[in-house]
Amino acid sequence: MITAERKPMEELTEYVKNHDRILLVGCNECVTVCAAGGRKEVALLASALQMDAMQKGKTLDITEITLERQCDPEYIEELTPHIDQVDAVMSMACGCGVQEIARRFKNTPVFPAVNTKFMGASERQGVWAERCQGCGSCLLGLTGGICPIARCAKRLLNGPCGGSSNGKCEINPDLDCAWQLIWDRLKALGMEKQYEEIIPAKNWVSGRGGGPRKIIREDLAE
Amino acid sequence: MKSESVLEKVLVSGQLAVTSECGPPRGAVPEIIKEKAELLKDYADAVNVTDNQTAMVRMSSFAACVFLKQMGLNPILQMVTRDRNRLAMQSDILGAYAHGIDTMLCLSGDHPHFGDHPEAINVHDLDSIQLIQMVKTMRDEGKFQGGADILNPPKMFIGAAANPFADPFELRVARLSKKINAGVDFIQTQCIYNIDKFEKWMKGVTDRGLHKKVYILAGITPMKSAGMARYMKNKVPGMDVPDEIIKRIADVPQKKQADEGIKICIETIQRLKEVEGVSGFHIMAIEWEQKVPEIIEQAGLLPRPVV
Repeated sequence: MITAERKPMEELTEYVKNHDRILLVGCNECVTVCAAGGRKEVALLASALQMDAMQKGKTLDITEITLERQCDPEYIEELTPHIDQVDAVMSMACGCGVQEIARRFKNTPVFPAVNTKFMGASERQGVWAERCQGCGSCLLGLTGGICPIARCAKRLLNGPCGGSSNGKCEINPDLDCAWQLIWDRLKALGMEKQYEEIIPAKNWVSGRGGGPRKIIREDLAE
Repeated sequence: MKSESVLEKVLVSGQLAVTSECGPPRGAVPEIIKEKAELLKDYADAVNVTDNQTAMVRMSSFAACVFLKQMGLNPILQMVTRDRNRLAMQSDILGAYAHGIDTMLCLSGDHPHFGDHPEAINVHDLDSIQLIQMVKTMRDEGKFQGGADILNPPKMFIGAAANPFADPFELRVARLSKKINAGVDFIQTQCIYNIDKFEKWMKGVTDRGLHKKVYILAGITPMKSAGMARYMKNKVPGMDVPDEIIKRIADVPQKKQADEGIKICIETIQRLKEVEGVSGFHIMAIEWEQKVPEIIEQAGLLPRPVV
């Protein structure tokens, strides 16, 4: 999923300080799962913003709505009946959702309520960790199903570096060394020989190196 | 011969090679690098010039190497993949070679987390092994990494680092083998304090015959004090300092601790001379370059051969 964390209150109150009526929009997908911007977080943030406005002696009218998906134009349309009633939108979705709202409603400012973090997985209740950087040409078949691009602090394709210690990364004793994990897994699979295969210089064109990316599926595109 | 490198000539001659290191200054002060170089001249076959070590900004390795070259030393251009992409690295290699710099060391580099610009992005377009491959392709095939021909290809003698003390220990020999397959010519190791563990690693190296495919220079760093020994043990990633070394230094009076550190260094060199597969020594006296001549002299590594 795409993970996110809510921005600090001060940043959010600063965004809305010159607005009286806002539409606060949650998303029922990833940010709901990582408890950053679903229906529940929308309600909590609405109360907090109103409380802050009250303390400052102003009124803030907030309409709460949580869409099925903010990264899909079809669901964004559900905001149309509300948009003329407000003077700004605050989105609790990832950056994709914020941008979809901005694209659809040209005359209404939209502010992000969360910081979009990474593509990750849940390690345990309340803990999410990065797993993928969307490089566009997956190497997991070579590295025992553990991604060195997303999980090595130096994204070494031929690690580990000299700072791997007791299975942990030199920059943070709480962070697993990706290459220790890769090695352990290759060993468990009886694939130690795979380690000695050099992974050549990566073609980053399939990633962000080639500029903003787009997928066009001819069989599906209208 | 793969290059004109003096270090290569010494190693090929079969004599123990000696390299040392100097860190460029944190400012545009040529005098500092020249003073350090002056201390090492005539004592080391080649001198590494570090590249923003510990992720702190310093005068570029390339620029400092040029000063050394002008003074008649043989600089080793260190290059980390942290700060530059493959275009920038190749252009620096061309520039360095055009200035007569013919030996380099390929590294990934310390993470910016440890330095004075922790907010910087780390590039790592390539890793150290891919950098070795790139430099070898430039030298042996006369081609850029992107495939185009190079006019007067840089003939670099290619080095890399190895840390026998990092984890997982069991793949450290395999990792060396990967660097050899990538095309490395010589290795400088992490500072050796745990000699038993180093010998265990070297046993793994010689068992696979890897010492016949690469020259291994053992890394030596003198300790100035018990405080430094404790710092190295606890704070420097990938460093293995046994407690008995710390105790030995701590047990002598403060004023004598530096001498004890030098003594340990010399004993280490003497013991490692006997280890199969050790082709020389890389003596890194961090901000203590004035001690390098006496270490080299007392370790019986003088005079340096003329090749």
